[in-house]
Amino acid sequence: MDISGVQIVLIFIVACISGMGSILDEFQTHRPLIACTLIGLVLGDMKTGIIIGGTLEMIALGWMNIGAAVAPDAALASIISTILVVAGHQQIGAGIALAIPLAAAGQVLTILVRTITVGFQHGADRAAKEGNLRMMDWLHMSALLLQAMRIAIPALVVALTVGTSAVRNMLDAIPEVVTGGLNVAGGMIVVVGYAMVINMMRAGYLMPFFFLGFVVAAFTNFNLVALGVIGLVLALIFIQLHPKYNTQYAAAAPAGDSGLDDDLDDELD
Amino acid sequence: MSTEMTTGQKKLTKKDLFWVFVRSNFLQGSWNFERMQALGFAFGMTPAIRRLYPKGSEERKQAMKRHNEFFNTHPFMAAPIVGVTLAMEEERANGAEIDDAAINGIKVGLMGPLAGVGDPIFWGTLRPVFAALGASIALSGSILGPLLFFILFNAVRLGMRWWGVSYGYRKGSDIVSDMAGNVLQKLTEGASILGLFVMGALVNKWTKVNIPFVISKVKNPTTGKTDITTVQSVLDQLMPGLVPLALTFLCMWLLRKKVNPLVIILGFFAVGILGYWANILR
Repeated sequence: MDISGVQIVLIFIVACISGMGSILDEFQTHRPLIACTLIGLVLGDMKTGIIIGGTLEMIALGWMNIGAAVAPDAALASIISTILVVAGHQQIGAGIALAIPLAAAGQVLTILVRTITVGFQHGADRAAKEGNLRMMDWLHMSALLLQAMRIAIPALVVALTVGTSAVRNMLDAIPEVVTGGLNVAGGMIVVVGYAMVINMMRAGYLMPFFFLGFVVAAFTNFNLVALGVIGLVLALIFIQLHPKYNTQYAAAAPAGDSGLDDDLDDELD
Repeated sequence: MSTEMTTGQKKLTKKDLFWVFVRSNFLQGSWNFERMQALGFAFGMTPAIRRLYPKGSEERKQAMKRHNEFFNTHPFMAAPIVGVTLAMEEERANGAEIDDAAINGIKVGLMGPLAGVGDPIFWGTLRPVFAALGASIALSGSILGPLLFFILFNAVRLGMRWWGVSYGYRKGSDIVSDMAGNVLQKLTEGASILGLFVMGALVNKWTKVNIPFVISKVKNPTTGKTDITTVQSVLDQLMPGLVPLALTFLCMWLLRKKVNPLVIILGFFAVGILGYWANILR
């Protein structure tokens, strides 16, 4: 498939928006669901874009920046794998497989940019010495632009070369056992993302809720909305009934038991 | 001080608050490894600094320096901190005895606990739940999936941001006593319950492992058909989704051992290709 000049420009813009979303983590334009859909739209096959987005989103579910830790990069993975699948005529499974090394590459690139940005921070110190608010604004926005280029430039390179026979031959040379195997692996790798989310919230006394969710899903046909409502109701009931949130009732307990009394005093302190 | 007496009380306008809110959406734009969200925080405070401290004044330079100090928290939970800081800056500009240490103390004191609440609520529960919902619809190729995720998540996020900035501004440093209650703990724990429940369901339903390895072929004497027993059919009789559950716990354990998630994913790729080649996995 030939990519027109207008499409190249649009890919560049979408990649910029996605790159900014990746560092800001606000509008979620770097998430596969959004980025892949937009690239699909630009390349004239939105449906494929949405399907890749949905598949990658499940894999990337646990990719989150916490504290100073940098997550694998969903932006670069989403944008480039969608270009390769739609414009390079690859199977979705192959696109997903290519997305993983791309996520690692994107992670390295954002760490690089986040290090370069230290210089912008020092520039802001100078702006503060002069009381120059406008310069501080510019420094901040330039750093953001650098993050946009981190995605946009690689995307541009791929968009310009995906139509060449060298790239096409390389993609077509992937043997069937690899694409088939990657499709099989695709059903399993989603658990890595789930494990990342679970690990973050894991507390021994809350794990029964995890197993309850597992069993309810195993033996019912509830969709995610229904499961979400059940989870929310369970959370509300737990909070309403848990003794540690009900000290006003606990305080009215008979005062004869001295051990209980001590516990309460500790809690009230 | 005397000039302030003649010009009257300095007050942030509704418009200033709105622009601080808009700019707070760019908090992490210049995230760097030295001071993390520091420049982003100062960027967000700009409309207030412009309003409160006159151009070219020493106070303006000090305010800019003050907000370029180390700062890092959950990006959405930064909103109430921004609000509190606005209130303190306003008081200070009107001559109250609030020094740099007091303002930075509040910022640093709030950023840890609020990140501890924001991470499980937004990254652990809200985004995965909305994203899984969107993705499950998107797998059929429907635009509803991405739209639902984008609109739901951003509606909650923007609502939280605006509420956070205005609530923090209204409360000022009193917000610390609000946080001493157990509201935050309730929210965190409630979000964790919802998140873990949905994760349990996802592990069971939104994974795909098939091991069609044949254990036995028995010819049924009454019907004459051959009953094929595979590893998968035995496992499914026990409980559907047992293999994904085991894999999830394996991953959790590996991640706690600080194994890079991308390395685990590559490992799964290797297993998938080998299994496919050996006809064990489909």
